[in-house]
Amino acid sequence: MANIRVDNLDLWYGSFQALKRVNAVFGEKRITAVIGPSGCGKSTLLRVFNRMNDLVEGVRTTGSVFVDAEDILVPHTNLVRLRKKIGMVFQRPNPFPLSIYENIVFGERIHSRRISRDTLDDIVEASLKSVLLWEELKDKRHMPALRLSLEQKQRLCIARLLAVKPDILLMDEPCSALDPQATAKIEELMRELKNNYTIIIVTHSMQQAARISDETGFMLLGELIEFDKTENIFTRPKDRRTEDYITGRYG
Amino acid sequence: MARNPYRSQKIAFFCLLLATLFIVVPVGMIVVVIIKKGIAGITWQFLTDVPRKGMRAGGIFPAIVGTVYLVTGAISFALPIGLFAAIYLSEYAKGNFLTRMIKLAIVNLAGVPSVVYGLFGLSLFVVFFKFGASILSGALTLGIMILPLIITASREALESVPASFREASLSLGASKWQTIRHIVLPNAVPGILTGTILGLGRAAGETAPILFTAAAFYLPRLPHSIFDQVMALPYHLYVISTQVPNVDEKIRYGTALVLVFLVLVMNLIAVVIRYQFRKKKKW
Repeated sequence: MANIRVDNLDLWYGSFQALKRVNAVFGEKRITAVIGPSGCGKSTLLRVFNRMNDLVEGVRTTGSVFVDAEDILVPHTNLVRLRKKIGMVFQRPNPFPLSIYENIVFGERIHSRRISRDTLDDIVEASLKSVLLWEELKDKRHMPALRLSLEQKQRLCIARLLAVKPDILLMDEPCSALDPQATAKIEELMRELKNNYTIIIVTHSMQQAARISDETGFMLLGELIEFDKTENIFTRPKDRRTEDYITGRYG
Repeated sequence: MARNPYRSQKIAFFCLLLATLFIVVPVGMIVVVIIKKGIAGITWQFLTDVPRKGMRAGGIFPAIVGTVYLVTGAISFALPIGLFAAIYLSEYAKGNFLTRMIKLAIVNLAGVPSVVYGLFGLSLFVVFFKFGASILSGALTLGIMILPLIITASREALESVPASFREASLSLGASKWQTIRHIVLPNAVPGILTGTILGLGRAAGETAPILFTAAAFYLPRLPHSIFDQVMALPYHLYVISTQVPNVDEKIRYGTALVLVFLVLVMNLIAVVIRYQFRKKKKW
């Protein structure tokens, strides 16, 4: 089980309300896309799920977000456990300035007390395989990660994340720094990952949402306007504003 | 007359070059003069012997040792405390009025004249804590003097580590402290070392802070404990240049040369360590 249920979620940055009465259910082992114009709150929503908004001073929330029936917005939530369970891929690939190998085992080194070399080696192999980088990089595991191409870096970041064994992957415009070819490859990877993970992707590209997601939510000015099966959103949207956006009347 | 961007650019570059030369030439001349006049005084005996004949002959070994002790003591006191304070200020402290005042105060402390630190050390360490005039008092006084340098440089180094590294680490479930310990600190080492280098040079060269707290006028033996007084190079230089008549020029410039060389070697060590770290970390 790994689903997220959002119940009447409001969020303020100081006096600015960035999320208004958001209600949604993000299904298990599915790709859900969140689209909308810049500043509509889609990244903010994503960052509620792993409580990354906590880093911003002056953030306030009301309402609840249930991850597997447990409200994660209550103050005593174990953030370490939450973030192990819900991983995040960022807009710009952000590998650590360490070797490829050390990037991937970072999570393991932090979360376990005793680690054997063999365990680490296995983790690196499994993680690289699941992001389809193993063949390319198996002999370059100890090369600095910052020498990889942008696409490889983003794959590595996903591998680093998978090594922590999350259930849910949050992707915050993971392809916006990549060229179309690299984007296609990452999307292919996402389809692959869908079999084992719940994926929520925030994207500014409607085409991307249409290509890869099962369900799509459209956000505007902090509100979740419409949330439905992706084909419905793109073929027969119920709300006028959704239609205006997907037909390119603003955004 | 039409504007000529090429000519104004030339004038601008010339002014910038002039300013650079204005800095480089005096420094170069100081070094040249010290080397020229001092090199004749550098002998094995000068480096390893105690001062003799009222400091007009013999060597400066106790002063070299004293300076090394004082600087080492000052750094081992100031680096950990300064670093911890910097971590607290940049990572944990909230950005409120109090924090801003503290940061401002630290920056201002860097500009306090060193003789004031000397008096402070005298009243706190020598008199109040009853450490007497000693290596301990002197090292602590120098340490406090270089704390603002180390805190400011370390804070800047910590803050210049990209936010994306912290986000990545936190999002993988690392705690804040693990993030600082494993991601932020290693990437801030070069900057922290830069602060340390500045502190080293300053601690080695200052006379005023050790004047009342540690430095002996004439003590032709090595210290036995950290509660002993010591001779120190900058103070010794002051003494043989102004307080003792008829000291040979080559002894005076020789002492200066040794002091400059000592600071250079300490800096060099820090630069090498910094280089090693920089080579590994690039973003």
